Amino acid sequence: MLNIKKICLNVAVALILPTAVFAQQADQPPAKPSKHMESHIGNMTGHSEAGAQLYYRYCWGCHGARGNGDGENAPYLNILPRNFVAATFKCRSTPTGTLPLDSDLYNSIGRGFNFTNMPSWIALTAQNRADLVAFIKTFSARWVTEKPGDPIQIPTEPKLTVESIKHGGELFQKLECWKCHGQEGRGDGPSASTLTDSNDQPIRPYNFTSDNRSKCGRTNADLYKIFMTGLDGTPMPSFADVVKPEEAWDLVHYLRTLQYNNKSPELALWISTPEGKAIVEAKRVENTNTGSGVKP
Amino acid sequence: MDRSRSKDIRSSLARAGKVLLYSVVLVAILLIDTRPASALPAFARKYGMPCSSCHEAWPMLSPFGQRFKDNGYQMGNDRDAPIFQQAAYWPVTFRITPIWHRESTSQASVDTATVPGGGLAKITTQGFDLSGLDFHTGGTLANNFSFYVLPSSDNTASFHFESVWARLDNVFGTPWINIKLGKFELDNLLSEKRILTLTNVAGVYENYHFQPFSAPGVPENYTFGIGDNQLGLEWLGHSADDRTRVSAALLSASDGTVGLPTSRGYGGFFAASRAFEIGSLGLQRVGGFAYVGQEPTYYQYNLTTTTTTPIGVTATGGPVYGTTTTPYAGTGIGNKLIERYGLLGMWYIKKFDITTIYFHGHDNAWLGTDTAALPGAVLPAGAHAPSWNGALFESHYMFNPQIILINRFELDRMSQQAFSSNPSNLGNANVLTFGARYYPFISSRAGFAYHAEYAIIWQKGASPVFTPLATSSLLFGFDFDF
Repeated sequence: MLNIKKICLNVAVALILPTAVFAQQADQPPAKPSKHMESHIGNMTGHSEAGAQLYYRYCWGCHGARGNGDGENAPYLNILPRNFVAATFKCRSTPTGTLPLDSDLYNSIGRGFNFTNMPSWIALTAQNRADLVAFIKTFSARWVTEKPGDPIQIPTEPKLTVESIKHGGELFQKLECWKCHGQEGRGDGPSASTLTDSNDQPIRPYNFTSDNRSKCGRTNADLYKIFMTGLDGTPMPSFADVVKPEEAWDLVHYLRTLQYNNKSPELALWISTPEGKAIVEAKRVENTNTGSGVKP
Repeated sequence: MDRSRSKDIRSSLARAGKVLLYSVVLVAILLIDTRPASALPAFARKYGMPCSSCHEAWPMLSPFGQRFKDNGYQMGNDRDAPIFQQAAYWPVTFRITPIWHRESTSQASVDTATVPGGGLAKITTQGFDLSGLDFHTGGTLANNFSFYVLPSSDNTASFHFESVWARLDNVFGTPWINIKLGKFELDNLLSEKRILTLTNVAGVYENYHFQPFSAPGVPENYTFGIGDNQLGLEWLGHSADDRTRVSAALLSASDGTVGLPTSRGYGGFFAASRAFEIGSLGLQRVGGFAYVGQEPTYYQYNLTTTTTTPIGVTATGGPVYGTTTTPYAGTGIGNKLIERYGLLGMWYIKKFDITTIYFHGHDNAWLGTDTAALPGAVLPAGAHAPSWNGALFESHYMFNPQIILINRFELDRMSQQAFSSNPSNLGNANVLTFGARYYPFISSRAGFAYHAEYAIIWQKGASPVFTPLATSSLLFGFDFDF
């Protein structure tokens, strides 16, 4: 025989409990950023209190007193300063959408961002940079509620071969990198003029011919990380799901050959082949005398 | 107790309390107001950074600012060339300081009529005044081509070129090769051109300009200061992070005066330093410098000119004109050596820092005794090559980027006089300075500082009667640039 009372009670609990839980959740204030944060880089520990003093000496002019990227100089910058409240970072060792490692932020501060107004702060002490990382983390509640992603694994770079470069070139076509970066890697692909970043600001794809420094570093491993993690906040996605690790290295090797004006083992090997030599010489543009560092 | 008296006392205490409260509040506002505080605004405007980025307290550089300067006023992020600026951008900054100051000299020559019984008196003057005016222009002409031009005036707007140079930066792509030509500041790690003190006494470093007396009241017959901008060619190399710096310069022996005013002599300046980190204390730096140069002991030709106004009358009532003799530019010969050496340490303990320098100077006996090294000439009896030692301690305490306290003590001690007959302490000097600067705002557009400072120098044998002389200076001012 059915216990009517018991059924009614269960139904009531089933209806009321979620409502109560939702009500409780609705009453819960959103997580707040922590005023005290630490960073850990190697054996160093950074402290946000010390970082605050440094931030309000060096950083606030662009990144703003509240860290939201609205410093007094922000309106004059054509790539807006990082918004630390959003806690979205381009250069990471971690998968797309996740928080970076402390060491990622630390390296970014020391390296600076080429083609932006963010300089290298290598002149600061290592401890200073660690303290700044800790302070940056006080701007966003994400650092309270989330943990940094697990760093991606970078396999050992395979031996450089002409085949690797050629396969990288095929991937460049297959993955449609050229749509943004252009067939010659000059950042002038057909989609280039339509791209915007997470601030709705126009953003130009990287011009491989302009330098051998990409935004997130100058080594092959740095280049590898860029397209395997993506540059969060920009249209550059992560290709981790569509490119196998060994293929990623082929792409790195090919991209190096697009840097026509910078000596590299990849470029040297490429121009040692008749095919490569013809392509590079056809595309090579000598340095301009404007001093701009920008090649037409 | 009388009630009205008690009321008066309470009222007085209440007033005193209010004054104390307001003072505390004012000081608290000054200390707590950490609005981001500004530098050479031409650079700040170009890069959109607050002056506190490059300056501990402008004009004194921070390690980041020193690296920026050493890198040819370049950040290295491909935004350095002028082509990235608006076409209307012109990298110019002016700086001037309206002041009130009080200058005092313990023993100055005065008319005997004004001081009964003597020709010496303490002279003190005070009033509102102006500093000179500097027009700084500098930056990059293109990637790795930098320049600096500084027309500077005294406070009567009489201009000269304080600094003019062009520099090839990062030659062959390495920070270890940078070549500068023109008139520039020597690679002094403690920069006199970025000195935080402004008074007549402490606006320069005593040790950077110290020269012994050849005899009581008689200064040596040449002018040189390693704090002065010099004309020459400089090579500077530095590591990418600027922790290691080394430089060498070939300089004309003219103390930076244009037109080859003295001789065909040259000098060489060498400096090297290394910075290192000690935990959380900050960036420490140790280094040294040396200058070895030539100075003429006499001139081949002296111009004799007659004054245009009479200096007296003859017995018959006719005018008497005076004559002055000045060396003819470029004819100085009989060159002898001068030497300056120093060891430096810059020590940071979080908000407190202290710079220590040991100096040693040595002049050739011909120069020390003001003796012309004519062919066949011999030194006077008892002549020696004068030498001396000096020390400098400059400390700062930085509450925050807006408030800095400054203290400096310098001393010079003669170790060998030019003549045995000179008092052994002739020329010995002590200089004490302290002051404070407060920057009410810090932006990337302009700079402003409230400045207060007191400085005093004591020097043996420097008065008109060769007795010790004390000269002091008190200054308040609004130091600003735009």
